[in-house]
Amino acid sequence: MTRRFAINFLCGLLLAGNCLAAEEPTIVVGSKNFTEGVVLGELIRAMAASAGASVEHRQALGGTRLVFNALVSGEIDIYAEYTGTLTHEIFAQSKPASNADLRDLLAKSGLVMSKSLGFRDNFALGMREHVAERLDIRRVSDLRAHPELVFRFGTEFTERGDGWPGLRRHYGLPQQDVLGVEHDLAYRGLAAGDVDLTDLYTTDAEIAYYDLRTLEDDLGYFPPYEAVLLYRAELAQEQPAALAAVLRMQGLIDEAQMIAMNSRVKLGGAQEVLVAADFLREQLGVDVDARSSTRSERFLRNTGQHIALVAISLVAAILIAVPLGIAAARWPRLGQIILGVVGIAQTIPALALLVFMIPLFGIGAGPAVIALFIYSLLPIVRNTYTGLTTIPAQLIESAEALGLPAGARLRLVEAPLAAVSILAGIKTAAVINIGAATLGALIGAGGYGQPILTGIRLDDVGLILEGAVPAAGLAIVVQLLFEWAERAIVPRGLRASTRA
Amino acid sequence: MLELNQVSKNYADVCALEHCDLSIASGQTTVLIGPSGCGKSTILRLIIGLQTPDEGSIHFAGQRLERDSLPALRQRMGYVIQDGGLFPHLCARDNVALMARYLRWPDVRIATRITELAELTHFPVDALDRFPIQLSGGQQQRVSLMRSLMLDPEVLLLDEPLGALDPMIRRDLQVDLREVFTNLGKTVLMVTHDLGEAAFFADTVVLLRDGRIVQQGTMEQLLREPADDFVRRFIQAQRSPLETMEIPG
Repeated sequence: MTRRFAINFLCGLLLAGNCLAAEEPTIVVGSKNFTEGVVLGELIRAMAASAGASVEHRQALGGTRLVFNALVSGEIDIYAEYTGTLTHEIFAQSKPASNADLRDLLAKSGLVMSKSLGFRDNFALGMREHVAERLDIRRVSDLRAHPELVFRFGTEFTERGDGWPGLRRHYGLPQQDVLGVEHDLAYRGLAAGDVDLTDLYTTDAEIAYYDLRTLEDDLGYFPPYEAVLLYRAELAQEQPAALAAVLRMQGLIDEAQMIAMNSRVKLGGAQEVLVAADFLREQLGVDVDARSSTRSERFLRNTGQHIALVAISLVAAILIAVPLGIAAARWPRLGQIILGVVGIAQTIPALALLVFMIPLFGIGAGPAVIALFIYSLLPIVRNTYTGLTTIPAQLIESAEALGLPAGARLRLVEAPLAAVSILAGIKTAAVINIGAATLGALIGAGGYGQPILTGIRLDDVGLILEGAVPAAGLAIVVQLLFEWAERAIVPRGLRASTRA
Repeated sequence: MLELNQVSKNYADVCALEHCDLSIASGQTTVLIGPSGCGKSTILRLIIGLQTPDEGSIHFAGQRLERDSLPALRQRMGYVIQDGGLFPHLCARDNVALMARYLRWPDVRIATRITELAELTHFPVDALDRFPIQLSGGQQQRVSLMRSLMLDPEVLLLDEPLGALDPMIRRDLQVDLREVFTNLGKTVLMVTHDLGEAAFFADTVVLLRDGRIVQQGTMEQLLREPADDFVRRFIQAQRSPLETMEIPG
């Protein structure tokens, strides 16, 4: 009974949250959280839209695993992936030997892989052009003759089995001064001349920016990371026209073009949507609706989404937490359990809680609302409990002695006396909730977290502020609203300043 | 009106009341007196049902006090405690009207009754809209008394109703209280530790010690024929030093 209620309640929240996406798009495009992934996502979106489909692009959803799972569960219909990633990360256990094997594996999950988009985004090693020229290094095997070179790799590359350890064995490289660092630092070290070589992706914008030479993988160590589209097999029946349009991207983009697009976004500060539209116009003569969003449009959209996330989760939390707090105050033993459980829920970092939601409820606003709901429970439960249990005993006894039954005592005496405390709990929950909701963007819930995430990805402080400042502002506004509400709701006789 | 039969009550290890038999006559004022912890407040709390006896039974107007009968019987009793127990979020009027409103009395009837009670207890009508913290201690106790009288109960239970007041206000209220008791002819059961106050109000005094009734009778009987040495000492201790002081000149 309670269990069924709990399930229904969560489903209701999920639905309410998911309704935040106003109209149901026919195709949902996803992308991984790095620039090239988002640019490719915009290209897919534009092509599908050019065929008349209503398309939504859920930008920079997360890492490979998350986006792939979202595709398998049908929350997104299509995204851009790399064959090497599928072979070495998603299907590492099955060890597919060829693209044909890969297609078989994907088919089991109801997925289809397109032909190559025309470029590879491989791992590669890069050196400053003039240094490489001076030392006459063109191929990875040329490095053997220069043991004194300083290597700085991104941390992931240093640790992955198919990264540096394997590379060193494969080529028999002699270098000793090798460390893993934050990848941006490696680039800066290259620019300053402290570092001779780093790992990179062959379509990185930085290649041109830092004037890097990518060394030829002459002994064929790095697996091919062919860019492809992954989509749900049903798309062919459901949206044949849109799919056909999107598949025109096969073989369309060469490496230089991809680098150029990445550079425009990453170094030139252009929006992905514009870069994608320009490319399609030049290559295919396709004119797509590519109006970039203005700052105020984004602000309005993010504000709407953010407020909806907070409002739905907070109202739900009030509906559940206040009765829980009352129950905890009435039955002390049950109270210990209730306070313990919601206390534990609160100790889970908001980020972790959001990630827990993914396997249970998928991605988007719905699961974010549930996470925020759980996160808002403790302050309200605890303050309701405290408010009720700190009412002086003689007041409760007076109400009892009058002959008021328990329900009427709660309604007429105890609840009004605990109102200050309960309201304070709701205020705390609301403020925490507004902050935590910025993390919702990590699982595609939108809100102020969206510009923050994009800003972090593009290293654009302006964009980060576009999310951070309104989030802080909203918290302040809500705080003020609650103080005003307190004046309206709290009985006059409880305000200390009241004097005859 | 009220009958206690072999009532015992323990708090943790402490025995608050031990096999107590007590009969409260209708229409009279009975005062329970004794040192702190003698069990006098416990008797009131047992009657109003804030506590349940460990042994024995209590009857109110022939009906046994039990879980099921309690809510209805409480409406036939009024209960006033030392610091009033007024609800701070309600003004004086709402405090008084709370139970009547819950019982859905018509507004006119409530208003009439409150005016009547304000007159009876000498409470200024224009102060009815003040909140408890805006009232003096004496006014708070008058409101508390009005609240207890609202439903016109048969029995009034007063637990040190004047204990927290300073002497001048206390004196005024004593006079007014006695007037109320006399006018209404209700059964009153009052707890105090002050012998003078007991003498002022009581038709019957019940002296308790360590959860047992030591002596019961009129104040005169108590003074004239103390049942034992404890009663004598209790009375002696409370004689005002002023009475025994010799004024020079």
